[in-house]
Amino acid sequence: MNRVVITGAGTINALGKSVPETLEAMREGRCGIAELEFRDVDRLAIKIGGQVKGFEPEAIFNRQQLTLYDRFTQFTLMAAQEAITQSGLVFGGELAATTGVVLGTAGGGVSTWDDNYRSVYEDGKNRVHPFVVPKLMNNAAASHVSMQYNLKGPSFTVSTACASSNHAMAQAFAMVRSGMARAMVTGGSESMLCFGGVKAWEGLRVMSRDACRPFSANRNGMVQGEGAGVFVFEDYEHARARGAEILAEVVGYAMTSDAADIVMPSKQGAARAIAGALADAGVARDKVGYINAHGTGTAANDKTECAAVADVFGTHADKLMISSTKSMHGHLIGGTGAVELLACIMALRDGIVAPTIGYEEPDPECALDVVPNEARDARVDYALSNAFAFGGLNAVLALKRV
Amino acid sequence: MDVETKVREIIAEQAMLDPQDVQMDSTLESLGVDSLGLVESIFAIEEAFDITIPFNANNPSESDFDITSVATIVAGIRKLVDEKVS
Repeated sequence: MNRVVITGAGTINALGKSVPETLEAMREGRCGIAELEFRDVDRLAIKIGGQVKGFEPEAIFNRQQLTLYDRFTQFTLMAAQEAITQSGLVFGGELAATTGVVLGTAGGGVSTWDDNYRSVYEDGKNRVHPFVVPKLMNNAAASHVSMQYNLKGPSFTVSTACASSNHAMAQAFAMVRSGMARAMVTGGSESMLCFGGVKAWEGLRVMSRDACRPFSANRNGMVQGEGAGVFVFEDYEHARARGAEILAEVVGYAMTSDAADIVMPSKQGAARAIAGALADAGVARDKVGYINAHGTGTAANDKTECAAVADVFGTHADKLMISSTKSMHGHLIGGTGAVELLACIMALRDGIVAPTIGYEEPDPECALDVVPNEARDARVDYALSNAFAFGGLNAVLALKRV
Repeated sequence: MDVETKVREIIAEQAMLDPQDVQMDSTLESLGVDSLGLVESIFAIEEAFDITIPFNANNPSESDFDITSVATIVAGIRKLVDEKVS
């Protein structure tokens, strides 16, 4: 079994268009959630989100690329460029042949579906652009990354709603750990902030109209975000031999299924995933200093998640820190675990734990140290990243300071 | 609208050339237009002339629309535009 380290990270999200910008915002507890800006937003009941503002794809991609890249692919390519550049890897020969791209997304090209349904249903057009299918397909982002960087190993897209990125990164980790690949490009992206995307979520009645306040007694729902997070996972010996900068080590994971309800979370399913990741990593419970929570800000998730953490960690649950950065960047759905992994890297590498902002009132059902409102300096040796998806599919990653 | 001028414009955009460089005897291959570019050109032509081109990308040679050269494409479009008018 090979050790697996992270040698590159990239992102674009409501907090920033790079990893340094995003981490600075997390350190400062800045909120990226604001008024949504897109066509027909006045017809929505939910008008806020963690939208990427000031992003001009026309300035970055050429006309031909724009006909093929949905916004979720554009985000992915931006993040991949940052991550792969940082890693310093150039893919050729055997390394190119075995390195693949495993990415998560829940919806894929949602705005492409939305624009073209509008065109044929509302505007009555009978012809759509020939690239609608290759633009909207869920694997478009992974494929374009593979084409752009000559990555010819196992590549595919994982779609498990809000756990998509964690499932994807768990898979990439397993591939490098087993020796199947020396390196993998992994993470995820999402772009559902368009009329149809938000309208669909409105239907569930779990969205907040004013803010995402995870673990706070007055929380009133989740807020959607958008963006991407992409990482280079690499065999430790391979990274060390070439003198690469190591951001953190990935040491374990677990995936579980609740097999219970299509939307309600299960304490047992979450607890089995958390305990499973610790067991896979061979890490004692009391070594974990930080958990990046799934922490959606819904009544159901936050209390279930806290109960699961309390179950797994026992008395140590009161000593560890657990925060939800969704309070700042919103819920990136299939891309969320990828952006949230950055908070784990910051805790491990920089010794700074990102806060849960918008925290106003303690909730006895969420009585853990949620790092309210302000980032905290702390030495963290091990961190976990939780993701618990609709459909009861859970994936937890365990990381270690290097 | 002048069919020839418009078609040369559309194909030139796909080939990233100046319309003057698209000759009537040019083939799409000689202009560097690949299969995706061809399908996109057909779409742009349909939009521009409000016609439906009987073109199947699975088997272009058996389609009832000759894409051998710019000239045959223009002739095919003229025929479809005339049929629409009559």
